[in-house]
Order: sequence, then structure tokens, then C-alpha cells
Amino acid sequence: MLKAVNRTIGSASIGTAAEGKRADVRSGKAVLRKALRAVLQVINVAGMLGLVLVFAMPFVWMISTSLKTLPETMIFPPVWIPENFVWQNYADAWNTGPFLSYFVNSVVIAVGILILQMLTIIPASFAFARYKFKGSGFLFGIVMVTLMIPAQLIFLPVYLELSAFKLLNTHLGLILPFASSAFGIFLLRQAFMQISDELIEAARLDQAAEWKIIVQIMVPMVKPVLVTFALFSFIAHWNDYFWPLVMTTNETARTLPLGIAKIRDVEGVATWNTLMAGNLILVAPILVVFFLSQRQIIKAFVYNGVK
Amino acid sequence: MTLWHKLRPYGMVAPAIIIFSLFFIYPIFYMMYLSLFDWNFVSPTKTYVGLQNFADLLADEDFRKVLSNTTIYTVLTVTLTTGLALLLALWLNRKSFFHGFVQGAIFSPHIISLVSISLLWSWLMDPEYGLLNWVIGLAGFEKLQWLSHPGTSLVSLVMVAVWKGLGYNALVFIAGLQSIPADIYEAASLDRSKPWTTFSKLILPMLSPTIFFLVIINMIGSFQVFETIAIMTQGGPVNSTSTLVYYIYEYGFRFFKIGYASASGVILLVIVGILTIIYFKLLSNRVHYR
Repeated sequence: MLKAVNRTIGSASIGTAAEGKRADVRSGKAVLRKALRAVLQVINVAGMLGLVLVFAMPFVWMISTSLKTLPETMIFPPVWIPENFVWQNYADAWNTGPFLSYFVNSVVIAVGILILQMLTIIPASFAFARYKFKGSGFLFGIVMVTLMIPAQLIFLPVYLELSAFKLLNTHLGLILPFASSAFGIFLLRQAFMQISDELIEAARLDQAAEWKIIVQIMVPMVKPVLVTFALFSFIAHWNDYFWPLVMTTNETARTLPLGIAKIRDVEGVATWNTLMAGNLILVAPILVVFFLSQRQIIKAFVYNGVK
Repeated sequence: MTLWHKLRPYGMVAPAIIIFSLFFIYPIFYMMYLSLFDWNFVSPTKTYVGLQNFADLLADEDFRKVLSNTTIYTVLTVTLTTGLALLLALWLNRKSFFHGFVQGAIFSPHIISLVSISLLWSWLMDPEYGLLNWVIGLAGFEKLQWLSHPGTSLVSLVMVAVWKGLGYNALVFIAGLQSIPADIYEAASLDRSKPWTTFSKLILPMLSPTIFFLVIINMIGSFQVFETIAIMTQGGPVNSTSTLVYYIYEYGFRFFKIGYASASGVILLVIVGILTIIYFKLLSNRVHYR
């Protein structure tokens, strides 16, 4: 671009009349190209802003609706900023059911799953990565098959199983099936395999106990992968609707997503203001976490896709 | 090598393997077993009926409708999500603060609970006061019935799925694009290769593992769609949005026909199993040129 401009300037200053004319045409072209590029740039940025709009607008609309009065939700064409902010909607949503219990259940289950997963996947993935033992291929096969089986496929038999163990409507029943993670073992095993042998050998020469080597040397080295997996697991189980829906028959162990979905049954179909307020109670923590650690979270989910 | 050393690895993998066997492997076989029985969950006896449940299923008008719904939903969702995501990835693949911001914005629905997304979109698609009807009204079109009309309900659900999945798919594509070595692009530009040629002869083949990955992952996910249907349509209107998992759920937990529901579960298992095997076949053949 710059070269082309230089050339046109150069030839214009020393050229004959004919050459000058050609240079005029050329510089005209350059100006045109510049303008075209600027227009494209504007379209490009405008397009991206439009894209952001398509994805952000629904959330803005959710917040706006959650602060409206019921009649205000039924104004058409819609208003974006409510006349008075009706914070009462949040209280109404919260009072449609035992929300404190939903909230506590959500935390207990998501955290409980996470802790048990850490306790089971760290030793398992270390063993798969670092020890040679008979049948390890077969056992890792079980991990890989599990990785392929979605929960949606086996809920019916698992329901019958949990009912036989008397674990329906308990925290344990909602935690236990996910107490380990095939995906976690898969990720962590790869991370452990990448650590150099010398490091472990050196630690072993120091006569350190094996569990100490794992906890004090190896785990800190795979910390980024662990954090990645933890974010992935926590978000997935915090959001989960299907499993708690299927595995509970009363309110004792039900979680936030179930409570939010139930607002509609309590308040009637068209109370969108209360519904959106409840919705925001569920979404806000995740969105806040997302804005704080966007990079890490995107990596957590996309990593799954690239490997 | 002491006995302790020999046993240690087994002890370390045991908790995970026990969990997997109890809650993933065994249920698969249990479901296959149950599919051969007629059982209502409360009765103490299960009646052996052989393959009768499967015969009934295939003869059932509703089940055929469910299969066709699931297939249409899957084909539309997968092609739209993967195709649009590839276009977005080519467009947004740059490292700047603004590009990062746009990528984050389109990714955000992926980490939101499907409950929230379903409720939010039920509201956006409200036939009377919904935002979508307002927008298409501005564009000069008639109001649509969205979820309340059998003609548009399934496509409306596809729209929600695409909206939710697009950002994730695009970011996986971007990761794939960035893993293509830079010297390949340089070689292409030295050869003065046209943008389309670079795309079709270079980028597309290099990206093919990512494309296959996303197509299969999206297919497996779409075949199991449940949340949006349970919350937004309950399978209606007139069965226009009932899909496999929702069907299994209804037959198992509403009508208590455990054998029947298990049989449809086995059919879903076969579909997902075939997709998974295809995926691994393709993956092991590594479909791109090195």
C-alpha cells in the first residue's frame, strides 16, 4: 500500500505529462482502494458489534424484564428500561419455593462432586500415566468407554439402582454417580505423562514416600490442568437440570435449576418478570465467574474440543 | 518389587473404576436386560417378553414421529452450528482485545444453564409480547407463533440450540486454525494462491479433524436433547417436538413402562454407539494431510 503511494508520488514529480496522467489515475485508484478498505473495516467492526448484540441482547432483555411490573411486560412494542425498578420480583421468585435449600443443595452437590472427583482422578490418572501393571489397558478401556457414555442414556437403570440403594432424594445419590470423571482422568493422565522421568527419579532417590512425591511434587506441576478441569466440572454440575430432575421425587435434595424451572408452575405461565428474576439468580454467579476468569474457562471447554 | 508395589496401582485406580462400573458400565447391560421385559416399576414380577418391546416400538406411530423429529432436529442443528461456526471462526480469528471480547460474548451462552436458556427463549419467543416478534415486526414481517405452532416449534428449538452452541464451536475452530503452522500460510501467499484456493485446498483439509470432531460431538449432543424440550414445549404441540430422550423420560417416569422405555434407550444407545465408533475410526485414520 505504502509502496504504491510512494511510487505514484515519485513518478508524478519527475514524469512527463502523459506519465503524470497515468499517475493521477493510479493515485485515484489508491485513494479508492484506501476508501474501500476503510469501508470494509467499518462493515467488519459493525458486523462484530451486531454479533455481540445477538448474543448479549437476550441477557440484557432478561435483566430488563426482571425489573418490570407485570403490566409493563405486556407493553408492545416493548420498553427496554422499566419506569420503576421492581426489586420485589427477586423476592417473589425466591419465595416461590424453598430457595435457601435449593441453593445449599446446589453448592453441596457441585462441591461434593468436585472434591470426590479430585480424590479419585488424581491417583487413577497418575497410576495410568506412570505405572506399568497387568490389565492397565483393559482398565483404561473402561475409562474410555465411560467417557463415551452420556448420562442421558443410562438414567433409567441408574434410577432403579439408586432406588434399590435407597439413595433417591439424597445428596449422596446425586453425587455418587459423578464421584469420578473419565474426562478428568483422560486430561490429567496426559499431563502426568508429560512430566520428565528424571524429576521423579530424583525424588525417589531422596527416599521420599510415593504419596509425598505425588502430592508435593507432581500435583503442583499439573495445577493448570486441574484448575481447568475443576472449572469445567463445577459449571457443568451447577447448571445441571436433567440429573437432579430425574433422581429426585421431592424437594429435599433438589437444586437451583429445578427451583427456577418450577417458578412457572407456581406463578403461572406468563409471569415473565418473576421468572426472569429467578433466572438471574441462577445465571448471575456463573456470568460473574465467567467475566473474572474468561480465558481460563474458555480454555477449559475448548481444550476438550481440541485434544 | 514387593507385593505392596504390585498392588498399589490397582488400589489407585480402584475408586474410579468402581464408580464407572457401578454407574456407567453395569447400567448399560441392565438396560439391555430390562428391555426384554414388561414391567411397571412397582410390581414385584417382571414378565419376560423377548423382543416384543422393540416390535411394539417400531410399530408405534408416535415413536416413528419421535425418531423423525430427532433426526430432523439433529441434521438441522449440526449443519447450521458447524457451518456457521466455521464462517465465524474464519472471520474472528485474530488476536486483539476487541476480537477476544467478541469471542467471549458469543461463547457466553455455552456456560449458562439450559434451564435459563430455555426460560429466556420461551420469553423471547412469546407470540404476543416476545422480543423476537417485535424485531421481525420492525423488519416488516408477520408475527410468528414460534413454539406454539407445530410448523415452527422444532425449528425454533433448533434456533436456540444453534445460538447456544455457536460460540463454543467457533472457538474450537479458532483453536484449530491457530494450530495450523504459520509457514503454510506464508507458502500459500508466496505462491499467490487465491483466498478461495487457500481455503479449500489448505485450510479445509488441515481443519478436517476439527470438523469431524465437532460434527460428531454435536450429533451425539443433539440426539440426546432433553432440557429445552422439557421446559419449552413438553414435546408439543401435537408431538411436533418430542425427541428420543424426552420419549424415554415420559415412558419411564410418567407411564411407568420400564421395559418399553429401556427398549427405546437401547435404540438410542445403538445410534450413539455407531456415531462414536465412526468418530474413532475417522480419528485413528487422521483425515488430514501431514
